[in-house]
Amino acid sequence: MTAIPLEHVLIFASILFSIGFIGVIVRKNTLFMLMSLEVMLNSVGVAFIGAGSAWQQADGQVMFILILTLAAAEVAVGLALLIQMHQRFQSLNIDKLNKMRG
Amino acid sequence: MIITIIMIGLLISGTLAWFSEGIKVNSARWIAIYTVFGFFVFFVTSIILTPLSFNELTLLTRLPWIDSLHIEYAIALDYLSIILILLTFFLAIICILVSWQEITDKKGFYYFNLLATFAGIIGVFSATDLFLFFFFWEVMLLPMTALIAIWGHENRYFAAIKFFIFTQISSLLMLVAIIAMAYFHYSQTGRMSFFYPDWLSLNVPIEISRYIMLGFFIAFAVKLPSFPVHSWLPDAHTQAPTAGSVLLAGVLLKTGAYGLIRFVIFLFPQAATEFAPIAALLGVISILYGAKMAFAQTDFKRLVAYSSISHMGFVMLALFSFNTIAYQGAIITLVAHGLSSAALFSMAGMIYSRLHTRDLNNMGGLWSSAPRMGGFALAFAAAAFGLPGLANFVGEFLSLVGAYQVFPVTVIFATFGLVGSAIYGMVLFQRCFQGPASEEIVDLSARELVISGSLFIMLVIFGLYPNLLFSYFTQIGIN
Amino acid sequence: MINSYSFFESPILALLPFYPLLSFLLLITFAKRLSWSQASFLSIGAIGLSALSSAVMVYQLQDQDFQIITVTLWSWFSVGNAQVNVSFYLDALSSVMMMVVSGVGLLIHIYAAAYMKTDENFSRFMAYMNLFIVAMLILVLADNLVLLYLGWEGVGLCSFLLIGFWYQEKANVLAARKAFIVTRIGDTAMAIGLFMLFSALGVLNIVDVNQMAQNSWQVGNESAYWIALLLLGGAVGKSAQLPLQTWLPDAMAGPTPVSALIHAATMVTAGVYLIARMNGLFLLAPEVMQYVAWLGAFTLLLAGVAALVQTDIKRVLAYSTMSQIGYMMLALGAGAWSAGVFHLMTHAFFKALLFLTAGSVILALHHQQNLFKMGGLSKRFPIETGLFFIGLICLVALPGTSGFFSKEAIIAELWSSPTAGAGLWWCAIIGALLTSIYSCRLFFLAFLGQNREEMHKNDSVGDELSRLRLPLIFLAVLSLFGGLISLDLSSVFIANTSIIEHSKEPSWLHPVAITTPFIGIVFSWFYFKQYRRNTGKPIVESQTAFVKFCRNGLGFDTLYYSCLVRPYCWLAKVNRLDIIDQIIMLNAWYITLWHDALSALQNGKLRWYAAALGLGVVCLAGVLIGGNS
Repeated sequence: MTAIPLEHVLIFASILFSIGFIGVIVRKNTLFMLMSLEVMLNSVGVAFIGAGSAWQQADGQVMFILILTLAAAEVAVGLALLIQMHQRFQSLNIDKLNKMRG
Repeated sequence: MIITIIMIGLLISGTLAWFSEGIKVNSARWIAIYTVFGFFVFFVTSIILTPLSFNELTLLTRLPWIDSLHIEYAIALDYLSIILILLTFFLAIICILVSWQEITDKKGFYYFNLLATFAGIIGVFSATDLFLFFFFWEVMLLPMTALIAIWGHENRYFAAIKFFIFTQISSLLMLVAIIAMAYFHYSQTGRMSFFYPDWLSLNVPIEISRYIMLGFFIAFAVKLPSFPVHSWLPDAHTQAPTAGSVLLAGVLLKTGAYGLIRFVIFLFPQAATEFAPIAALLGVISILYGAKMAFAQTDFKRLVAYSSISHMGFVMLALFSFNTIAYQGAIITLVAHGLSSAALFSMAGMIYSRLHTRDLNNMGGLWSSAPRMGGFALAFAAAAFGLPGLANFVGEFLSLVGAYQVFPVTVIFATFGLVGSAIYGMVLFQRCFQGPASEEIVDLSARELVISGSLFIMLVIFGLYPNLLFSYFTQIGIN
Repeated sequence: MINSYSFFESPILALLPFYPLLSFLLLITFAKRLSWSQASFLSIGAIGLSALSSAVMVYQLQDQDFQIITVTLWSWFSVGNAQVNVSFYLDALSSVMMMVVSGVGLLIHIYAAAYMKTDENFSRFMAYMNLFIVAMLILVLADNLVLLYLGWEGVGLCSFLLIGFWYQEKANVLAARKAFIVTRIGDTAMAIGLFMLFSALGVLNIVDVNQMAQNSWQVGNESAYWIALLLLGGAVGKSAQLPLQTWLPDAMAGPTPVSALIHAATMVTAGVYLIARMNGLFLLAPEVMQYVAWLGAFTLLLAGVAALVQTDIKRVLAYSTMSQIGYMMLALGAGAWSAGVFHLMTHAFFKALLFLTAGSVILALHHQQNLFKMGGLSKRFPIETGLFFIGLICLVALPGTSGFFSKEAIIAELWSSPTAGAGLWWCAIIGALLTSIYSCRLFFLAFLGQNREEMHKNDSVGDELSRLRLPLIFLAVLSLFGGLISLDLSSVFIANTSIIEHSKEPSWLHPVAITTPFIGIVFSWFYFKQYRRNTGKPIVESQTAFVKFCRNGLGFDTLYYSCLVRPYCWLAKVNRLDIIDQIIMLNAWYITLWHDALSALQNGKLRWYAAALGLGVVCLAGVLIGGNS
């Protein structure tokens, strides 16, 4: 089994991260923003896995499990907020929540 | 202890006035006027009865305050400060009288602020420890800002903030200068000191004193105010309530002149002499620019405010010519301007209470329905343009005669301020009181007659018999 | 050497100026509560007391050594080592002025009380007149220049108040303002002169100044030159001479007694008095004396030309006053001090007479002042015509009248004076010619010829006029015989050492000077034929551009308006918001700008924050990478 070079993994992870980040920025719908966040988290996970296999250590996989847990918790909180938001504003448009502007 | 008692007394009665207003309506102004009058009498009698002679700075109280830094509570008086404190008391009574019916909102708090400002001003005129001086300088500033911001006219917040920022920035410079001077004292004697007589005995090299002097100078020039840093004054004067304007023009500006005399000229004679041509030039520009700007105004109070800048230019010019005659002239001008500008601002308040406008374009022909008011307004305008026989003339004449010995060309330009002042004085009087009658108004009430009459009598007394003041400060002239 | 008294030793002189002050205070305090008779009794009584005291003092003065009395009331203030006292100095010169002020002042007050009877502000009017007399008496009696300046400004203020007495009219208000500000320009020059004088000599007392200047300076000394020039600036402002003459014609907006008292008899001659008073100083500056003479001559001619074409009877008299003061200045400049002061006195008599008679006529015609609407008045008001005629022959200086003596005295001194000369002599002669021509024109237009305006028959007019006549008759007597009063001013003008060589003068000078007025009269008799004859043809004033130019005072008003007033107003208007304030407020603007920019970033949009975060990270990474490589 030929190992995938670390560079490729990192390039893939950063592309994935960028896609997620751009999604967060450009999407107005909070649901899609949450999904994009998931993509970003997963891209970081990919980077950890790649790094773990490159150095032949388990730490990377441990971190990935941690991220996975975190992502699950985040989604739970995020979706709860989303429901609240929908109830209050009848909309998922994040820009309507700019009450805290300077 | 006199001064300390008066200051504490003023503060206590201010607080009393604040709370008593809640219990009984209109009690605050009675408390205020009785206290001020009482302390006035108290001050005068104790000055007369005391065996001390005030020909030079005479220490009254000296107590340690912040021991670790050798900051002291030191109070001293000489004739200069006594004259200015007497002026403060006199104008304090005028201030309370002009507010008598003008203030209808938060009366108690208003009189508290008024009395606190008086206390601060008296502190400024008598503090001999520079840290204490700075403390009083700030004490006087805060209630003044409150007076403008709470009881002022339509644009009061802006004016109050402008006033506050100008004074704060300049007093920060002064604070830096004070600390620098204290450290210099430390480096020379091994002991920190803020005590004025200690500083007088220091021998500050010119390279250092030049900068320290400048720090003080800028602070006081802003307060005076002098030409490039004058612009807080028209706004503050215009927006302040009548008593605020009277207080600002009558006394607060004098703290600037007092500071120039005591802390710039006496402390740093060498550096000040070096700086004198620039200061004199600023004085002349203030005179001419103030007069020209006053002519351009259509707002009664703004016009008077610019005329104050013009008059204070004479003081600046006179002080920095280092000449005994000019110095006497400067002090007379201080007193005279205190009275005449207070009078004009009271007049503005009286007109405002009748017409609810300060705009000269909306006035005219008021003389026919209010002849007494017109007569007094003419007299006060005449004082402002230096009619001989009224106090301002003596001050301006002596200032210019004295300054002419030192800066002939500058004084020739300054003299054209006499034409400028005639122009704005005439414009002010004629646009208000002459021309076709715009409205019928009520003539002066008894209270207003007392205000105008007492100010006018003072102006005439000092105009015809200025020796009343001179006899006290001939000894303290500049060498 | 001088008899100095304290207040108690000479209370008559000390109190002399203060009776009218007391009356002023009473009148202004009680104002409309006083009836006409009370107010006029107070004001006239006060001036009467002053006049009486003046007469007593003049009598006492004869007994004094050196004919000088000074009385010190109190010490005003001290300038350095020089004491400035409130003290009065009476010598021959100031006693002449004092008599003129209080005497003519009294007559004019009596006239004014009748003239202004129906005015609702009668008390106020009399109060100002009294205050004016106070200031004027202080001016002439002052023993130092600062007190003189007090009187000087005081009369300026009263002049302002009285010109603008009917302040409801916009034009009067502006005339008052103009008079005050224009004279103030002169006063400023004078103030600078005082500063120079003090710094040069260290004294401000008039006697000391004259003496010290004579002792310590040579003729032609530079300080003397400048000081004299600056004092001359004050004098031209007050006396309405070139170049500050423009205020006087407008000042005619005031009630006629005011024009007579202030703008003919007394205040406008204050400049002449000042120069005469400071003769010791002026003698040291022969160049300035020449300027004085030439300024006087120019004013004389300019005002004469302007008077020729005026349509308003009071403005003719105003320009005539200007030109007569020009004669006085000419005399002073030529060193003929006594002649100048003499002319001042006689002029006060006959010009007051002219103004007051004109006032009567104007009152009778219901405030009609236009000459072209008068005419034929001699039939309706024969007595007034006679009085006016007396005034005019004095003005024209027909032999035997007071004007003749004084004007001839001036003209006689000009030819050989070191500071005047033949050129100025000719100016004076041409001036005399102009005087007689405009006087004739005035008389023909107003009193001869036909009635050019439909007059309402008013019966009360006769009564009113007869009440006004008494002071006029006094003045007429003074004008006719005032020339016989011998003024002995030799004690004042001791310094007049320049002995005038009359021997070298051509012999035709006197005959020419005496016949000049007659030439003018004969010329006008034919030239203004249509004015004096009852032709039936309507007379209209000429409207050519040149005449208009002359009528407006030869364009000085326009010149000053466009060169001084307009730029000043423009400057004021442009910079009304205070450029310095604007510059300082730029700081505030700058801070507000940052405030707006930064608070715009805090827009509460999550995506915006996230983007900023991302951008920040990228930048940080860029910096790190850039820093490492």
